[in-house]
Amino acid sequence: MTGNFPYLVVGILFVMGFIGIIFEKNLVKIAIAVSVVEAATNLFIITLGYRSGGSIPVWTMAGGGSSRMVLPTPQALTLTAIVIGLATTALMLSFAMTIYRHYGSLDVRDVRRLQG
Amino acid sequence: MNPLSVVARTVCNLFAWFLAVFGIYVIVHGHLTPGGGFQGGAVVATFMAFLLVAHGGRKMQSWVRKELFTLMECVGLTIFISAGLLGMSNTFFFNFLAKAGGLFGSTVPLGPNPGALNTSGTIALMNLSVGLEVVGGLSMILLYMFSGVHPEEPFGREETGHDR
Amino acid sequence: MSWQVHLPALLLAVPLLGAFLAPLTALGGKGLRNTWFVLVSAAFTMIAFLLWTRVGSTGTAIYVMGGQGWNLALPSGMSIPVRILMEIDAFSAFMVLLSAVAALAGAVFSIAYMDRFSGLEKFVALYFLMVTGMFGMEITGDFFNFFVFLEISSVASFGLVAFWRDRGEALEAAFKYMLVSTLGALMVLVAVAFLYSKYNVVNMATLGKVIEWGIVEKTALVLFLTALAMKCGAVPMHMWMPDAYAEAPAGVTCALIAVSQASLYGLFRVTYTIFGAFMGSPVIPWVIIVLGVLSMFIGVSMAVIQKEVGRLIAYHSVSQVGYMLLGFGVGLLALSDARAMAEYGFTALKGGVYHIVNYTMYKGLLFLSAGALYYATGCRNLNDMGGLGRKMPKTMALFMIAAAAIAGLPPFNGFVSKLFLYESTFAVHPILAVFAMVTSVLTLASFVKIFQTAFLGPALQKFEGVREVPGTMLLGMSVLGVAILALSLFPTWSVNHLVEPAAKALVDQASYIGAVFSASVTGGGL
Repeated sequence: MTGNFPYLVVGILFVMGFIGIIFEKNLVKIAIAVSVVEAATNLFIITLGYRSGGSIPVWTMAGGGSSRMVLPTPQALTLTAIVIGLATTALMLSFAMTIYRHYGSLDVRDVRRLQG
Repeated sequence: MNPLSVVARTVCNLFAWFLAVFGIYVIVHGHLTPGGGFQGGAVVATFMAFLLVAHGGRKMQSWVRKELFTLMECVGLTIFISAGLLGMSNTFFFNFLAKAGGLFGSTVPLGPNPGALNTSGTIALMNLSVGLEVVGGLSMILLYMFSGVHPEEPFGREETGHDR
Repeated sequence: MSWQVHLPALLLAVPLLGAFLAPLTALGGKGLRNTWFVLVSAAFTMIAFLLWTRVGSTGTAIYVMGGQGWNLALPSGMSIPVRILMEIDAFSAFMVLLSAVAALAGAVFSIAYMDRFSGLEKFVALYFLMVTGMFGMEITGDFFNFFVFLEISSVASFGLVAFWRDRGEALEAAFKYMLVSTLGALMVLVAVAFLYSKYNVVNMATLGKVIEWGIVEKTALVLFLTALAMKCGAVPMHMWMPDAYAEAPAGVTCALIAVSQASLYGLFRVTYTIFGAFMGSPVIPWVIIVLGVLSMFIGVSMAVIQKEVGRLIAYHSVSQVGYMLLGFGVGLLALSDARAMAEYGFTALKGGVYHIVNYTMYKGLLFLSAGALYYATGCRNLNDMGGLGRKMPKTMALFMIAAAAIAGLPPFNGFVSKLFLYESTFAVHPILAVFAMVTSVLTLASFVKIFQTAFLGPALQKFEGVREVPGTMLLGMSVLGVAILALSLFPTWSVNHLVEPAAKALVDQASYIGAVFSASVTGGGL
């Protein structure tokens, strides 16, 4: 039962992020909500990669005591996702900043010259 | 943004160097301990963030040129892709330096050990080049975002064409 | 073993190297940078062509990165591939070839079009990064790299859409595009994680081999479908597409079209190759068909009322994506039924595949000629234009070719692919064919409108000084114009050599899976 708590947290974070993206009106808050969804995804993958009793997959430990190494794929996935998330967040905040200079507002209801 | 007080500036001046050294440690030991090019590079880039916060943007602009960071990015990434291309006799990204002797190519001792630094072949080279790229890239992001906050102090050369 | 086995790696390495060296070439001045831009584009187009011919002659190619040898898919007696694996079957090679042609045309066009702007070394670097991501999505053999390349191409294209950052509209479009694609990419990642949680692999071929039909797979499939349909602009989430396409510089839009086709490729790789065995139930195929019909109809009816040239053409993209979804959905419907496949399924697939190449060519050309109009006159609104045909006869001729092709007038290539689609969808349900034809008529109507308002009519006083666009821009447009004419003049050749191998490869799930497990050398090594 307690093993499922991380998945519960993932679910809550996901829903929080989606609600934020859909209902928030401020561009910076939308960027924060996207980061929350990203965090939920990363937490999900890391949780999937956990094996109780496994050891770290290092070559020099190959002949050592514990022979059950975990597959390092989820860690690699998460690291890459974090790096990409950093780039996306930086770019999104820069856009929000420049949009503010053009429109004088961060409210999505004011930032709508393109429609129809 | 104006410079902070003299106390804050002195502390930042001092601790920025510790961060840079720690970041370089993380980059160099990327194949042995947690971390690597990106993580270490991000730590080194906080060097820039410290100085930017402590001294304000105008002073930084007189100290550094953004071309330097572009150069760091390009050189780092070119080394990275060249390391991949040089292994092309076998396959792209083949680790041609491993077990070949020299600076990067010692043999790995088997069994539990504290970790030998010179064993990883091209992986260390790639960590170094990614570290260089990330330092350049993140510093540039910081500088550009800073100059975006203060449009009245444009950073670097003037732009052309974007004026319709 | 010839050097040609390394073509998949070169396809990614050449544009990457081009991107990383682009800021350095700017030190050598404008001429060196432009030469580099065209040279690297020509190089990757050449590599894409060689790869396509090689896959055509020797069958599915695989490439393993970082191992002892390029074909060492299963090292040390492992039962699943562990390294970075590229797998190129005829469908991938076909997508790579046409993306490369579109990217080349966009690059040649951009030289003169972007000439008066600063920061072009960054533009070139981002352009090549976007191209790398696009190629990567099309040739990768595992889902995680698919996500990585999806993000590379997306992040690079956000920067390119917002390149004219002095226009608030461009930034607004880029933010919208960014929000949709970031969410889409995260959904892809969650879907990959779901599949990984059950099978502990991310390799596409292995997944296709071991996959079963349960709640985890259904969740993953729905996430993939939603995310990739969002990325390629199917109707409920199409709102980013007209904004981003109309606001990006024209050369970039030409390549962006190919990027959205790469997402479409991902969608079909997932549904046909991974989940192909479970398409007996008609739910997923019908979802795709309905998405296609809605995109076709809503896209074109939004397009008819537009007044801006770029937005009008961009709304047609939504409707054209609908045609492809319709064709592939009908193909998917017939996938598990050999008789239906022979009767109408394969024709629909051929129509879908043929429409991909046609769409990329003529839509790229339409956006480039809209860009040429904007370059020459400085205005975007159709109501302000008129009588430009006398001033810009070459642009007008190229626009006419593209407009005739998209409207499906015989003998142009759009007619052939649409004919395939009408024939096959009629066999499924006549109403689908009716929708497709109505869309085609409305498409013709709106292009007659652009042609008539912009090019015909009396010469206007304010366009006295307008001249034909520079030679390199015309050259970029001619690349696509010649491709359209060639496809139109040799329809039998292009169906037999270009379209059919790709459609066959898409249906043939077993050979995609088998290529990884049979061509591999199992042996020692790290």
